[in-house]
Amino acid sequence: MSLAPAVPFTWQDAGWTLAVAILCNVSCALLGCYLVLRRLSLLGDAISHSVLPGIALAFLLTQRISGWPIILGAMLLGLLTTLLTQTVTQLGKVAEDASMGVVFTSLFALGVLLMSSETVRNVDIDASCVLYGLIETVSVNRVTWLGLRVPQALLTLGPMMLLTIAFVLLLWKELKLASFDPALATALGFNAGGIHYLLMAMVAAVTVASFEAVGSILVVAMLIVPAATAHLLTDRLHWMMVVAVMVGIVSALMGYLITRYVSTSLAGMMAVMAGLQFALAVFLAPRHGVLSKIRRNTLLAVRIRREDLLAWLYRREEQAAQPVPMGLTESPASVQGLLGKLAVLSARSQGLIVQQGERVQLTEAGRREAVIVVRSHRLWEAFLTENLDLPLDHLHEPAEQMEHFIGPALQQEITAQLGQPERDPHGKVIPRS
Amino acid sequence: MASILDVHDVTVAYHHRPVLWDIDLTLTQPCVAGIVGPNGAGKSTLIKAILGLVPLASGQVQILGEPVSRQRRRIGYVPQRESVDWDFPVSVLDVVLMGTYGRLGWFRRPGSRERDQARRSLARVGLEGLEDRQIGHLSGGQQQRTFLARALVQEADIYFMDEPMAGVDAATEATIFSLLRELGEQGKTVLVVHHDLRTVTQYFDYLILLNTRLVAHGPTATTFTPAHLRTTYGGRLAVLDEAAEAVSAGERTP
Repeated sequence: MSLAPAVPFTWQDAGWTLAVAILCNVSCALLGCYLVLRRLSLLGDAISHSVLPGIALAFLLTQRISGWPIILGAMLLGLLTTLLTQTVTQLGKVAEDASMGVVFTSLFALGVLLMSSETVRNVDIDASCVLYGLIETVSVNRVTWLGLRVPQALLTLGPMMLLTIAFVLLLWKELKLASFDPALATALGFNAGGIHYLLMAMVAAVTVASFEAVGSILVVAMLIVPAATAHLLTDRLHWMMVVAVMVGIVSALMGYLITRYVSTSLAGMMAVMAGLQFALAVFLAPRHGVLSKIRRNTLLAVRIRREDLLAWLYRREEQAAQPVPMGLTESPASVQGLLGKLAVLSARSQGLIVQQGERVQLTEAGRREAVIVVRSHRLWEAFLTENLDLPLDHLHEPAEQMEHFIGPALQQEITAQLGQPERDPHGKVIPRS
Repeated sequence: MASILDVHDVTVAYHHRPVLWDIDLTLTQPCVAGIVGPNGAGKSTLIKAILGLVPLASGQVQILGEPVSRQRRRIGYVPQRESVDWDFPVSVLDVVLMGTYGRLGWFRRPGSRERDQARRSLARVGLEGLEDRQIGHLSGGQQQRTFLARALVQEADIYFMDEPMAGVDAATEATIFSLLRELGEQGKTVLVVHHDLRTVTQYFDYLILLNTRLVAHGPTATTFTPAHLRTTYGGRLAVLDEAAEAVSAGERTP
């Protein structure tokens, strides 16, 4: 792996290096959104490997190791990968992932063979440069363009990004339709298969345009990670793309910043930064995130325990035929423990119970709440007896679960179906709210 | 006058194994037709074959006197709800707008005219106010109605619906039913894959009974008979199964 070279730092070099990385990351992030949404993330990985023989062939024909002939060669191989994968699946009755694995490793091996042949070995091209890239030296390798000394990579990656943006904007509706519902696309007269091949050709082109500059490790990461991160955080395709692009840019900036202080692979660090943002998104995502799940689950657990507490107090009052303060230590097991303490706290703060030391008692509001829970419980027992033919001692457990989830509308539906029952199967009065 | 749908001797095979045998079916009058048969009878496959979504092993299909590829604009399609990823980042309105894409053709984007149309169509299926929801936040019935709204904006003459009533709530089923009736009254033809025998006579005026081959078709009143149902549900024809096995293996049957 090539480490940061000991060239003196200049703002201009930093700017060019970052520009190259950002151009690559933006193109990858945009196309990656389609790969992630079509569950083709690994096809990006496959293509990034199988374009190697295309690069080698284009080099043998043109004797140049960069520029548009190489990109064209790669696009052809990208199409070939897609085509071969489907053909192998159909002809050989091989599962799609297996055929993808076979095709891309075979083509990659073919590429390695071509790269190692006599003619190619004598020039400065080798497989490891394709894997890791040479982003650290990208600002050194310059050409003159419009009187400016710009990195050579900029002249392929710049147009490539513009081409990608044009591709996405021009075919916005077609790509969206073919990704979401390929059958409908075909039924409407859009060639979903053709759109798929076009997308794969673009992925191959972007991949190879980025190879020399950043290497395939960063390319594969940038195709998948920003898009997957954005998918967690957004629910519209255009916002997904905006967020994916931002993740790509932030990865480039942070990766670069860190390698100014820690000497390591720049491309690798950028990929790690993307992974870090993904990990953050997994935790913080508003809907599917780990944190919001924990929060939801905790709130539910406290609510269930609070309702259990109220229902327990209500049943005790029922037995004693008058309001009685009860010791918390006698409460059912579910109201004990840390979550139980939280439940008592929340019941008190909502004015559902009054507490004196260890003794608690229902307030008027608490009694109303308790009636709803107990009513749901006993209605459910009656419903189960009527419809599921369960023995009497099997009714309490399921009702204990369901009492927390039955609202007024369903209560009404059940009472209507059972003909306004007065008592539950155990003979207890079903209270009215 | 050209017939509305002409399925001429169509055979469909997956991996050389025939799953639909020599379907020959002509609809000359507009109708709301149910396609009914047991699991694995090839009901969805018939629709996909007509729409050109699966290749025909033999035979041809014409719609309103032309091959399907030339009649795309006049065809509306409601796929099975499970066929798409409901986590896809699009809004309800986006999905309905997809119904206008065929009319718009390549590159042109839907404008305010299409948006209005999509909103009206959503109102027709009782989903007004949900335009901006991400589709994953809808109930199963609402998702199905979104697909129906999408088919409605296609403003087609002949609709194909793949199990629109599978696993939906009573309200959605009622909406679909009244929609079918409405489309029928407008003189449109609707073919619906359906699996609930109890509602067949209520929903459809035409019936297509299928079990890997066409068992019977005709007006519901004369086709929905115990004899026909026995043939349809009385198991597959052993001869066809053995023949399919032989074709798939490429060998002569014993």
